[in-house]
Amino acid sequence: MSATTLPTLTVKDLTTDQDVRWCPGCGDYSILAQMKKALASLGVPREKIVFVSGIGCSSRFPYYMNTYGFHTIHGRAPTIATGLKMAQPDLQVWVVTGDGDGLSIGGNHLLHVIRRNVDVKILLFNNEIYGLTKGQYSPTSRLGTRTKSSPQGSIDNPIRPLSVAIAAEATFVARTIDVDVNHMVTVLQRAAAHKGTAFVEIYQNCKIFNDGVFDYVTDKSIKSDNLLYLEHGKPLVYGKDRNKGIRLNGLDPEAVELGNGIAVDDLLHHNESAKEPSLAYLLSRMVHPEFPECVGVFRAVRKPTYEELVQEQIVKAIKAKGPGKIEDLFRSEDQWTVE
Amino acid sequence: MTISNPTAPSPSGLASANGHAKVQELESVTIRFCGDSGDGMQLAGTQFTNASAILGNDISTLPDFPAEIRAPAGTLAGVSGFQLHFSSHAIHTPGDTLNTLVAMNPAALKTNLKDLEPGGILIVNSDSFGTSDLQKAGYTSNPLDSEAMKNYRLIKVPINKLNREAVAECKLSPREADRCKNFFALGLVFWMYERPMEPTLKWIREKFAKNPAVLEANTRALKAGYNYGETMELLPVHYRVPKAKIPPGTYRKITGNEALAIGLVTATQLAKKELIYASYPITPATPILETLADLKRYGVKTLQAEDEIAAMGMAIGAAFGGAIGVTATSGPGVCLKSEAIGLAVMTELPCVIIDVQRGGPSTGLPTKTEQADLLQAMFGRNGECPVPIVAPRSPADCFHMVFEAVRIATRFMTPIFLLSDGYIANGAEPWSIPSLDSLPRIAIQHPTTPNSWANEPQHENGAGEPGKFLPYKRDEWLVRPWAVPGTPGLEHRIGGLEKQDVTGNVNYEPGNHEHMVRTRAKKIQNIAETIPDLKVHGPASGDLLVLGWGGTYGAILTAVERAQRKGWSVAHAHLQYLNPMPKNTEAVLRSYKQVLIPELNAGQLLWLIRAKYCVPAVGLNKIQGRPFLVSEIEAKIEAILTGAPDVEITTTPVVSDGPSQG
Ligand code: SF4
Repeated sequence: MSATTLPTLTVKDLTTDQDVRWCPGCGDYSILAQMKKALASLGVPREKIVFVSGIGCSSRFPYYMNTYGFHTIHGRAPTIATGLKMAQPDLQVWVVTGDGDGLSIGGNHLLHVIRRNVDVKILLFNNEIYGLTKGQYSPTSRLGTRTKSSPQGSIDNPIRPLSVAIAAEATFVARTIDVDVNHMVTVLQRAAAHKGTAFVEIYQNCKIFNDGVFDYVTDKSIKSDNLLYLEHGKPLVYGKDRNKGIRLNGLDPEAVELGNGIAVDDLLHHNESAKEPSLAYLLSRMVHPEFPECVGVFRAVRKPTYEELVQEQIVKAIKAKGPGKIEDLFRSEDQWTVE
Repeated sequence: MTISNPTAPSPSGLASANGHAKVQELESVTIRFCGDSGDGMQLAGTQFTNASAILGNDISTLPDFPAEIRAPAGTLAGVSGFQLHFSSHAIHTPGDTLNTLVAMNPAALKTNLKDLEPGGILIVNSDSFGTSDLQKAGYTSNPLDSEAMKNYRLIKVPINKLNREAVAECKLSPREADRCKNFFALGLVFWMYERPMEPTLKWIREKFAKNPAVLEANTRALKAGYNYGETMELLPVHYRVPKAKIPPGTYRKITGNEALAIGLVTATQLAKKELIYASYPITPATPILETLADLKRYGVKTLQAEDEIAAMGMAIGAAFGGAIGVTATSGPGVCLKSEAIGLAVMTELPCVIIDVQRGGPSTGLPTKTEQADLLQAMFGRNGECPVPIVAPRSPADCFHMVFEAVRIATRFMTPIFLLSDGYIANGAEPWSIPSLDSLPRIAIQHPTTPNSWANEPQHENGAGEPGKFLPYKRDEWLVRPWAVPGTPGLEHRIGGLEKQDVTGNVNYEPGNHEHMVRTRAKKIQNIAETIPDLKVHGPASGDLLVLGWGGTYGAILTAVERAQRKGWSVAHAHLQYLNPMPKNTEAVLRSYKQVLIPELNAGQLLWLIRAKYCVPAVGLNKIQGRPFLVSEIEAKIEAILTGAPDVEITTTPVVSDGPSQG
């Protein structure tokens, strides 16, 4: 990233006068801090950046960023971001959402903003719980999650945010973890640099209502065996001793130990720019404890953005018939004159 | 202006000796084309309208189509109609009763005959009255042979056969050939009313330029119909409706939906703003989206949203970005947009919400007109959530009122409702094409520098420091600045949580909340300072004021003028601004002994007027998916003024061909 050589902002420039009101120990603090770091390195002026959010703990985010910001209504942030980008395609627009906001009440909009490839960066803070309404299960809560609204354990199948995004033809898909601070900065920088919809899932610990749900990928003593850092062109290797990997068995992934006739070359190699999203989808379906869970960039391909296509049609129409004059519009039907 | 009560002339003794039909002059004619929804009746009606408009008649139309795109052919549910009133003087309604009815099949005859005046001309396609056609329409015997036909001047034309002959050389499939028969019927009626064929011939040439066989066939069918009328002397006379004496100018025909689309483009271009139009397809608002989507070279950006909520969100996002954000829908869509409209109220962003009303509740009557969303627009949101409302009164008035909607939204930083309806949206009338110089320029300013000064009171968190931008610092009308992302130094955050006065920071204090609720309400009331007074047509005081809003304008005006000519002390006023209402509204209401409010709902403006002004107004309410007849309003006016017992609008007889038809 050459952008790191153009620091025009400091973390302090990006900090507002508002008191941050998340619970102590909430994963959101780390995301806020890494976001400021990432933006400070990008060289995009503050007035060109907009944060748009919906409703939920995560959606307070815009109040704490000294950029333009819009805290909208539950689930609808992608629609407002789309309208904003139509008006001002040059802005760098971030949508901050959560598992409830983005995948439950706003599921429809999430699908459509992604399929249109609107040039917005979507951060889905996944804490697998409803925090702001005080702890009900969410669309990503694992089966059996016991909450106040599921005292016997939840029976709703969870969905995987990245699988949804990939199915919606996302051109950039990544995952990172709230406490993995350097990794998060890199992923956010990659998302910012992507032209088109960038979808980033961030595992975020809700200290109050779902504490420890991501311990298997954050606890230093065990995480290496549960976490796979994706690198473009590299084999899928993981484990404390880098002795495990993922290979393909028919159409299914298989976690294997290296040695005993299994070499690194037998493993799947990551290709984030693959034309077909099959590999990215397969990786998005790998779930603990059967598999390590992947973080990093799953998919990054360049396709025309919605804004580009809109502009292209306008240019084409003007080229074909000249710029529209209101007088012509008035006279688009036969006329007659009364003396 | 004179009002005619057109009647068709007596057929006796008018045929000329030399065999050529004589011409008789009429003031006004109401004609309806009806047939199966696949018969091209909307097209025939539209072409007849164009020809009449170009000839210089005043026109008013009422298209009426079924909700089903293609109901089973030949059934009552599938009947589609197009009514046109054309006249040599100014008219305001599509006509109460028909002088001429063109019925392409038995189902069309059955559902429409009741509207034809006694002695009226009835043209039927006699080829479509076979046994199975009759069965589909629920006839047990051929109605053309019935006694009832003696009441009309029945003209039976074997249109299928004549049309096929006319297009025989064009090498079309029988199906394609039959599709031309609407042009045959149109040609026939063109002859009857001395309409020029050229506008339609030109339309055919343009429309079918890529399909020479169909072009030729439609041309032949039209001419054959015309010539058939002439050579067969179907009627002893044919009719002439001379040019209307309407104010000088260049005119075109315009529907309400077209006027909204053109008005939006014009208002935004003159304001030097980008128009961003987001909408989800819904009857009867969809044509606005389709029209604007084809105006890309005017710089218009259209978005077909994934749902109604998204369309509203996109309009709000566009407004946040400094563009003119517009969405259009119908009642069910307004329900879905409500929460987002509240967000626009809270964040004080300008956007225009067009509601082309239709029959409700729920899915209701998608293709029929109604005025039952007024109270929804007024109150249908959570919290104290005032939204201004304007309502055009006719198709052409949509142009003017959408201009007003853009002006009010941007000047007062508020979402605004424009209430149209199915009748205005699809109906057409002549529109005097304005000169660009005569149109208002909406001046819009975006701040570029901070608005906080050293001598101002300080706010919490130091937000009142000099050099800061205060997004909720208001001007003399209580309007906040429209600072647009991208402007250096004005970075700020807005949202749906209650705002602190001036700073716009999130704030839950009791006193601040009440202050903000009252401030938002006062701001909307301030709009009244910028809108014209309510005008009265008729005496400035007297026995009765008939107050209306929206698409009932023409019917009320015509009824009031008729009553005035009979010597009654009655006046008409029409509200184009419903929230806030013009400042003189109460004074106008109190200048008359009684107030009558006709509405196509159960009494919504009536409810507002009574609640707001404590005026004992009475209503005339029709909820049938159809506009008022002039006679219905006229009868109510007379009943009130003569103290006669209450007049209710009779329900049109229900025609049903079985439970399965929608
Ligand atoms: S409830 Fe959970 S997610 Fe919300 S702020 Fe507290 S810790 Fe964070």
